[in-house]
Amino acid sequence: MKQDTPILEAAQVSLRFGGVRALSDVSFAVERGELFSIIGPNGAGKTSMVNCISGRYRPTEGRILFEGRDITGLKPNHRAGLGIGRTFQNLALFGHMTVLDNIMVGRHHLLRNNFLTGMVYWLGGAQREELAHRREVEDIIDFLEIQHIRKAVAGTLPYGLRKRVELARAIALKPKLILLDEPMAGMNLEEKEDMARYIVDLNEEWGMTVIMIEHDMGVVMDISHRVIVLDFGRKIAEGTPDQVLADPLVKRAYLGEADDVPAGSEAETGAVA
Amino acid sequence: MAAIAMTPCGDFRESYRADTTIFPTRLSRAFAIAGIAALCLVPLTGDRYVLSLMIQIGYLGIAALGLNILVGFTGQISIGHAAFFGVGAFASAWFVEHGAPVLAAIPLAGLATTAVGMVFGIPAARLKGLYLAIATLAAQFILEDFFARAQWFTGGVAGRVTLRPSLFGYSFDTDEAYFYVVLAWVALSFLAAANLMRTRDGRALVAVRDHYLSAEIMGINLTYYRTLSFGISSFFAGIGGALYAHYLLFVSVEAFTILFSIQFLGMIIIGGLGSVMGSMMGSAFMVLLPEVVQGFADALAGGMIDRALGLGNAVSFLREMAIGAAIILFLIFEPDGLAHRWRLIKAYWKLYPFAH
Repeated sequence: MKQDTPILEAAQVSLRFGGVRALSDVSFAVERGELFSIIGPNGAGKTSMVNCISGRYRPTEGRILFEGRDITGLKPNHRAGLGIGRTFQNLALFGHMTVLDNIMVGRHHLLRNNFLTGMVYWLGGAQREELAHRREVEDIIDFLEIQHIRKAVAGTLPYGLRKRVELARAIALKPKLILLDEPMAGMNLEEKEDMARYIVDLNEEWGMTVIMIEHDMGVVMDISHRVIVLDFGRKIAEGTPDQVLADPLVKRAYLGEADDVPAGSEAETGAVA
Repeated sequence: MAAIAMTPCGDFRESYRADTTIFPTRLSRAFAIAGIAALCLVPLTGDRYVLSLMIQIGYLGIAALGLNILVGFTGQISIGHAAFFGVGAFASAWFVEHGAPVLAAIPLAGLATTAVGMVFGIPAARLKGLYLAIATLAAQFILEDFFARAQWFTGGVAGRVTLRPSLFGYSFDTDEAYFYVVLAWVALSFLAAANLMRTRDGRALVAVRDHYLSAEIMGINLTYYRTLSFGISSFFAGIGGALYAHYLLFVSVEAFTILFSIQFLGMIIIGGLGSVMGSMMGSAFMVLLPEVVQGFADALAGGMIDRALGLGNAVSFLREMAIGAAIILFLIFEPDGLAHRWRLIKAYWKLYPFAH
């Protein structure tokens, strides 16, 4: 693997649902070690893009390349082994499992024991393997500061903690590329600051490439290396946070243009989502 | 948090190994071992009636455990479990007929049932909810019809006569001896299931149940695990069926009806969906309930109420009604089953006599 191959490349990706064009001709490349954000107004196609990368949707046209390899048609469960992990916008924890088990599920593709060796726990090496992975999972638990809820049932936790457990589960996959779909949605300021710190640490200390969708512009502009902006399924801007903020198309997508808005209308403030 | 609350004060885990045991505390482990030891003594009491009930609870419990792995842990409904139980019973008898020793025929019957279960499981792995219910209903009817027609396998309408196991010349032909065979299988099956649920594939099954989309993102192959769950479930159904065959010594083609399948579902609902021990509790409840109803009816016999309601003739209906009523009452008042009630009782005694 050449070091200069982008870790992820989307080439002219289009996605249609019947007559609805969720994505049209979106191309971008994410370099190894980047903290990359996708922003855009509601319904711009951000989550659709992430779903194409994680395999939930198959693009109607175009290709997705991971480390130079075409993964466009690969099933989602095979992508974990390649090193792609993700979190969901709407919580998707295993509600009846403990936090610990949730995170251990993230180790699924790294564990080698199966139902037969699992049933004879002590004989086939399953115990040794499970305990070794438990040790690594504990590092993740320490990192995200969720020691106190280790044994809690995930479905009973408050929202902010669930988001954190979901991040822990995605980290447990040991991904090279982690996709975060609105990691800070619905959090208060303090929780957002914590989450931003975790994401920066993931990127800098754990060496993971991060693709993040987020609506909080303050956080996005603060921590991202590069940003792309989607609007109605099209890429309208790409660059460093400063470049993107200065882009007239972006201003129009988010704020509307001065001429579009009748003077004195409520829409001027209402459009800033 | 629930698990933490259950550990007594001062009982700290100092290794991950100590934190992943099947029994959460030393006391509960001691009780489980003492319980099995006590069960070993039951045949010495010489009470044939109690013994026959316990053997029934044993083989039904193993089959219920299988159904619980499928329905409770993986979230796939099945209303054809009795048919797979029947496959195990006939397969074991068939293996014995063809010269296999009984003790080898039992696990072989389990494997044969697994194979049959997988055949129905592969299409079923792509279905969910009501559609899956109908597909397993089809399995029930297809297998029932197969039992009636496949003379070579089932002996047709005459059914199949079989033997008690023997080992090194010792025959387990008394109920007392056969009880130990069943007990060994129960202990092995429940230990295997408890181990499964704390390792990779067991977690994957629950993940498929709780959120199949994110399970897939975690690298879990949904089709594989849904089919696997059918296989494991059928294996335990087959073992249960084989133990049933060698206990009754006669297998009739009419025994494995849809009503029996629904009784299995009743067992795991009453015992607790997604609880290993719940499967055993549910099967005990289901076996003992008719006995209690019978005892109740006997006590009333000859009295005024009996004469008014004609209970003497109606007791068989009362049994069916009691099972139905029990399932309804559990669904309303204790949807998590006896296993959950048992946890609540333990939690109560932990704090007794203080409320906090």
